Amino acid sequence: MLVLVSYDVDTTSPGGPARLRRVARACQDFGQRVQFSVFECEVDPAQWIALKARLLKAIDSERDSLRFYFLGAQGRRRVEHVGAKASRDLDGPLLA
Amino acid sequence: MRRHLNTLYVTTEGAYARKDGANVVVEVDDAERLRVPAHMIGGIVLFGRTSLSPALMGFCLEEGIAITHLSEHGRFLARVEGPVSGNVLLRRAQYRAAEDPEKAARITRSMVLAKTVNQRAVVRRTLRDHGGAMDDPSRASLEAAEARLSDIARRIERPAGVDGLRGLEGEASAVYFGVFDAFIRKADPFFRFEGRSRRPPLDPVNALLSFLYTLLTHDCRSALETVGLDPASGFLHALRPGRPSLALDLLEEFRPHLADRLALSLINRGQVGPSAFRRMDNGAVLLTEDGRKTVLVAWQERKKEELLHPFIEEKVSIGLLPHLQAQLLARHLRGDLDGYPPMIWK
Repeated sequence: MLVLVSYDVDTTSPGGPARLRRVARACQDFGQRVQFSVFECEVDPAQWIALKARLLKAIDSERDSLRFYFLGAQGRRRVEHVGAKASRDLDGPLLA
Repeated sequence: MRRHLNTLYVTTEGAYARKDGANVVVEVDDAERLRVPAHMIGGIVLFGRTSLSPALMGFCLEEGIAITHLSEHGRFLARVEGPVSGNVLLRRAQYRAAEDPEKAARITRSMVLAKTVNQRAVVRRTLRDHGGAMDDPSRASLEAAEARLSDIARRIERPAGVDGLRGLEGEASAVYFGVFDAFIRKADPFFRFEGRSRRPPLDPVNALLSFLYTLLTHDCRSALETVGLDPASGFLHALRPGRPSLALDLLEEFRPHLADRLALSLINRGQVGPSAFRRMDNGAVLLTEDGRKTVLVAWQERKKEELLHPFIEEKVSIGLLPHLQAQLLARHLRGDLDGYPPMIWK
């Protein structure tokens, strides 16, 4: 299933930059950065639980926020991109 | 149900694949070309002068991601494997079946029958789609080939040992490749097919077939490893050191539809033209780098298509077929299934 993860981390607070790094790292391990602070993650339910646990551990819920959008198994079809920085279809042919 | 995992192909000369967190990153000249989370890929195939970091190699082996090195032209060089996985009891059952002439013949019969019937389906399809536009001798030769393949299929079903089945398999392939040229609808003499040649392929059609067979072998081998079977101990293919005999066995039922028909549609639709090939001094014909990329993209797209699996009666992606068939073979070897049900296209 495709999950869209967006986050806001308060980098002015103590430990903020470190939390931001950890959140970004967790998202990147499971998905693709499509904009600043926005990731698309193609995960199965078990992987989603692992990712969510990592994200919840990384943030300070007093100061930071996370939003998850569950786009389902056919999630790619619900996304349209306009403008620069087009993302790569990771289910398509991967050639480098 | 297992998800069909993507395969990463590293083809650009000098490309370097490394690990970054749980991502696989491919760099060319120190610039990032591609980044993909490792859980989305099931294999990495490297062509020619490309490399990957030791950290990525270790990570892939732990995660069960297959690494295959091919030469610049797609010839198999090496595969990197982690600790032998799977069930020792399953492997023992596999070796025992290989030693038991009757069991080995039964499995071989399923595979050879499926291959022959699938070859016949390619002939029938050509007749159905293009039979009307053909001249009489071509159509007659295809109809004769269809009848002969049907006859061979009937003979395969009679009791015989593995050697007899190998003979029938050879006969069917001779009939099939004897009319292969008629499947090619392009009038261009560049794409004439005059018999199968390999190591090296001597014409463009053979170059295309050989390349696709290599890709399919990679997938079959990974599938067998994944279910815990030994890819080297086959039934139809005789054992030889270093030869993935069981992977080659599994390949047989897929050849006509996955490789041959893809090669034909690439040619017939004009997706690969003469510029995709290069002739070497020794007569070998090989795909160019761009030609290889075209084929790889078509191959990956084909694997995403879905069909109804006749035995498990579920919709599956074509890329998952080697895994499913490997699973069915394992179930047969364990004794959970009375016979091995091969993949037969309708």
